[in-house]
Amino acid sequence: MRLTETPLIETDGLAVRLGGALVLHDVGLSIDRGEIVTIVGPNGSGKSTLLRALIGALKPSRGTVHRAEGLRIGYVPQRLHIDPTLPLTVTRFLSLPRRHPTSDVRTALDRAGLPDLRTRQMTDLSGGQFQRVLLARALLEKPDLLILDEATQGLDQPGSAAFYARIAEVRGELGCAVLMVSHELHVVMSASDRVICLNGHVCCEGRPEVVAQADEYRALFGSGTQGALALYRHDHNHAHDPAPEAVE
Amino acid sequence: MMLDDFMIRAALAGLGVAVAAAPLGSFVVWRRMAYFGDATAHAAILGVAVALSFSMSIFAGALVMSLIMATTVSTLAGRGFAMDTLLGVLAHSALAFGLVAVSFLSGVRIDLMAYLFGDILAVAKGDLAVIWGGAALVLGLLAWRWQALLTATLSPDLAYAAGIDPRREQLVLTLALAVVVAVAIKVVGVLLIAAMLIIPAAAARPLAATPERMAVIAAAIASVSALGGLRASFEFDTPTGPSIVCAAALIFAATTTARGLWRKRRGARAA
Repeated sequence: MRLTETPLIETDGLAVRLGGALVLHDVGLSIDRGEIVTIVGPNGSGKSTLLRALIGALKPSRGTVHRAEGLRIGYVPQRLHIDPTLPLTVTRFLSLPRRHPTSDVRTALDRAGLPDLRTRQMTDLSGGQFQRVLLARALLEKPDLLILDEATQGLDQPGSAAFYARIAEVRGELGCAVLMVSHELHVVMSASDRVICLNGHVCCEGRPEVVAQADEYRALFGSGTQGALALYRHDHNHAHDPAPEAVE
Repeated sequence: MMLDDFMIRAALAGLGVAVAAAPLGSFVVWRRMAYFGDATAHAAILGVAVALSFSMSIFAGALVMSLIMATTVSTLAGRGFAMDTLLGVLAHSALAFGLVAVSFLSGVRIDLMAYLFGDILAVAKGDLAVIWGGAALVLGLLAWRWQALLTATLSPDLAYAAGIDPRREQLVLTLALAVVVAVAIKVVGVLLIAAMLIIPAAAARPLAATPERMAVIAAAIASVSALGGLRASFEFDTPTGPSIVCAAALIFAATTTARGLWRKRRGARAA
C-alpha cells in the first residue's frame, strides 16, 4: 500500500551545474509506479546528469528532487569500470550492496538468460553478459524504480532488442517503474509509455506517437525518425528475419 | 612472563600491524590510493616533531597529524584537483617539514632513524597495547562498513543509488589509515608504512578470487613477512623494519611470477 498514490520520484525546478556550466535547468518531471519512461535527447543534453541527480550522486544547484519514502532504486550505469586489482566474481558482484541467498542469485542469472557464471570473474565477461549481470544485480534489490543509462551500449541490434524485451518483462514481473535513457530512438520509443525529450530542459513529453510528431522533437532529431519508428514496428514481427530493410 | 622477551614483543607488534594494515591496504590498492597512503604516513613525522616538542605521546601526535593530512587530501580530491601532482607535493613537503622540525629539537637527532625506519625491537608492553588496540579498531571499522565500502569502491554512483554516501565511506578509510600509520611508526617507521599497506595486498591479488579472500590472504602474507623479516634481521643483523618489507617484496615477486607461469602453462595446454 506504500508508494501507490504519490509519484515515486519527482523533481521541481531542478537545475544542475557541472564545473560551472549549467547543464540542466527548470526540469520538472515525475515518475509513477509501474510506468516505462524514456528520456531522449541529443549528446550533451544532460540525460546522464539528470539520472545522476535523481539517484542523489549530484546535488541540485537549484530546485528539488523528491523521492518517495523508502524508495528502492535499481541503477544500471552506462558503463562500469572494474579495477583489475579488485578480484570480483559474478556472485560477489550480485551481492553488493546487500547479500542475497544463493538460490536468489542463481534465479537472477537464470532470469537474465545467462548460464551459471557465478564463479566467473566480472572482468572475464563479454559485453553482453556484463550488461545483463548489471541488470540482474539491480533487479535483485527488488527495486520500485529501475534506472537505466544507455544500458545497451556495445550490444548489437538483436542484443539490445532482447535487452528491451527483458525490461518490459521485468516491469510485468516486479511491477516496478522504469526510467531509461537511450540513443536508440526507434527501439525505445515503441517500448515506452511516455517519452521525455530533454535538451537542458524538458522540451516536450507525452506518449511516443505524440512526441514523435511534436515540433520540438523534430527540431532536435529531424523528421526522419518518424520513418525509423514505423520501420521498427514493422521489423518487430520479424525479429530474426535478415530481409533487407531498404526494400520496405 | 612471556611478554618480557623483547623478541616476543616485537613479533606481536609486527603481527598487530600486519593484520590491520593488509585489509586496509587492499582498499588502498583497489581505490588507487597508494600515494595517499604515502602522504598520510609522511605527515606523521611532522606529528612526531610536534609531539616531542610538547612532550605529548608520539602516538597521539602522529595520529592527529596523519588525520589532518588524510582529511585535507580527501577534501581536495573531492574538489577535482590534479591529485597525482598534489599528493606528490603534499607527501614530500610533509616529510621535509617534519625532518626540519625534528632537527630543531635537541637530543632527538640520534632517534630520528627510529621514526623513519621503526624500532620494533624497542617495543614496550604499553606500545603493544596501543598497537593491538589500534588494530582492533581498524578491523572493527572495516568489518562494520565492509559491504558499503566495497560498493563505494566499485562505483560511487552504485553506492548513491543504494542510499550509501560514498563520502562517508571515504571518511571511514581516512580514519582507519591515520590509525594504522600512527600504530605502525614504531614497527616499520614512516618511510615504509605505505609498503606494509600495499605490498601484501598486491602479493595477494594473484591468489584471490573475491575481495574477502584477497584481504585475508594479504593479512596472512603480511604476518609471514613480519615474522620472517624479524627472524632474518636477527640472523643477519639487518635493520628490522626494512627486513620485513623485503620479505613482503619477495613474496610479491613469488606470487606474481607463479601466476604468470601458471597462466602460460594453462595457455599452452589449451592451445
